[in-house]
Amino acid sequence: MAALKTEIIIETRALCYSYAGAEEVPPAVAGIDLKVSRGEYLALLGVNGSGKTTLLKLLNALLIPSQGEVLVKGISTVEAERVQLVRQACGMIFQNPDNQIVATTVEEDIAFGLENMALPAAEIRRRVDQVAGRLGLTHLLRQPPHLLSGGEKQRTAIAGILAMQPACILMDEPTAMLDPAGRRDVLETVKELNKTEALAVVHVTHNPAEAAEANRIVVLEQGRIVADGKPGEILTDLKLLHGLKLQGTVAAELAHLLRQRGLNLPTAILQNRELVESLCISEPVS
Amino acid sequence: MSGGISLGHYLPGNSFFHQLNPRIKVPSLVIILATLFAVTSFPALLTMIVLVFLMFRLARVPFRYLLKGLRPILYIALFALFIFLFFTKGGVVLFRLGPLTVESAGLWQGLFVITRLVTLVLFSLLLTLTTTPLSLTHGLGYFLKPLGRIGLPTEEVVMIMAIAMRFIPTLIEESQRLMRAQVSRGADFESGSIFRKAKNLVPLIVPLFVSAFRRADELAMAMEARGYRLGAKRTRLHEDVITATDWAVLLVVLVMLAASFYFKL
Repeated sequence: MAALKTEIIIETRALCYSYAGAEEVPPAVAGIDLKVSRGEYLALLGVNGSGKTTLLKLLNALLIPSQGEVLVKGISTVEAERVQLVRQACGMIFQNPDNQIVATTVEEDIAFGLENMALPAAEIRRRVDQVAGRLGLTHLLRQPPHLLSGGEKQRTAIAGILAMQPACILMDEPTAMLDPAGRRDVLETVKELNKTEALAVVHVTHNPAEAAEANRIVVLEQGRIVADGKPGEILTDLKLLHGLKLQGTVAAELAHLLRQRGLNLPTAILQNRELVESLCISEPVS
Repeated sequence: MSGGISLGHYLPGNSFFHQLNPRIKVPSLVIILATLFAVTSFPALLTMIVLVFLMFRLARVPFRYLLKGLRPILYIALFALFIFLFFTKGGVVLFRLGPLTVESAGLWQGLFVITRLVTLVLFSLLLTLTTTPLSLTHGLGYFLKPLGRIGLPTEEVVMIMAIAMRFIPTLIEESQRLMRAQVSRGADFESGSIFRKAKNLVPLIVPLFVSAFRRADELAMAMEARGYRLGAKRTRLHEDVITATDWAVLLVVLVMLAASFYFKL
């Protein structure tokens, strides 16, 4: 079990990427060394333009490094003939649920990746049904995508990736276009898969509450890693976050304001519950 | 605006005709249409009509769908009847209107041609009502395959058609949203001359195109991320297997065509 835990799924070495025709602007990704292990839930935090999405696309071989390299399960993404293996190992969920559903029904969409892998029809059927059952999509299999809710669309996209039996799932702000119910739906699905299937997750977000769900946070600024640690360390370091124009969780921000007014609160408050407990200790009800 | 656009009016169901393989259904329709043109007698044509109605019963298609399907050809049919009534001569004079006469041969031929046209449309309607646009596309794609030899990317063409169908509802939804947004800012799509109306559509069409291109870009990325490659071998979830029933249907329609020629029906 310990051996499994340290299995490296993704490794980047001195990774750099510049968009073509943009010599004057700094590279989007400027020297990133990052390792993602099996079963890890990593949140990539950063403001717009910090290179989060570019990094994610590099991990899935949608972009090829300008310098340095990306290894997915030991395969470099520059090896064109093995790029299918990389994409199968690292599935990607995009922000807009509408623009990533290819097929006219849920089941055909879940099957899309498997069809690209040229699996036999019986195996595709088996995997589609299994994954649909797993993510509670069985009753929607024959539905056309435009009749689904945003959360259901994202879950369909996740099912399509999951059916390919990946080791890692990359998510580019998957909840940004969803309503609160859809947001919860997607986050719970991913968290569950992360726990039960030891699926590694790389989740790009600028929402601190979502980042708090991860077990590791990497903060990016101008294509570089500026912080790497546990949510409890990063999201309570408001000096760092504010300096990068990011925010801590609501509880951390509130605790910060209360401390400024002289309240004696610990600095490691991340969740609402922790704040409530600290407050009730510092100001006992008489 | 909404509801008016639908491809083929597919009617979901599970009947015998729904289950036939499109690779058999399409050529069968072609053979039936050929039979319709081959028959020259009223009894044979009436047999075909009875047949198509029986088939609609078997496919469990409500009658109003037939009327809806026939509406577009109403004027063509009336026009054809008019032409035959006044310009085909022969037989007994039935009716005289100044220099124009309606003669019995014209009436019979007019009725015959209209009946043939209606039957033709009904058979085609049966195909589109019982086949999803997607499987119809795949069925047609199969017959495009020989063109692959001369370099036409048939698999990709089918994929393009399938994606177009997938995005029709999405784009309709989007155009309605854009329209409401423009109307709320004082745009007017209803009044004015036809040129004025066309001009007023520009602020609708431009953003729709911009967004469609953005969608295409993102979709291409999502497809690539899921391992889609041009020209690579793919399999399908719904393999279409041609069953004994499919072959039997094809045989029946072939026999019908042969009989209509042989017996000069």
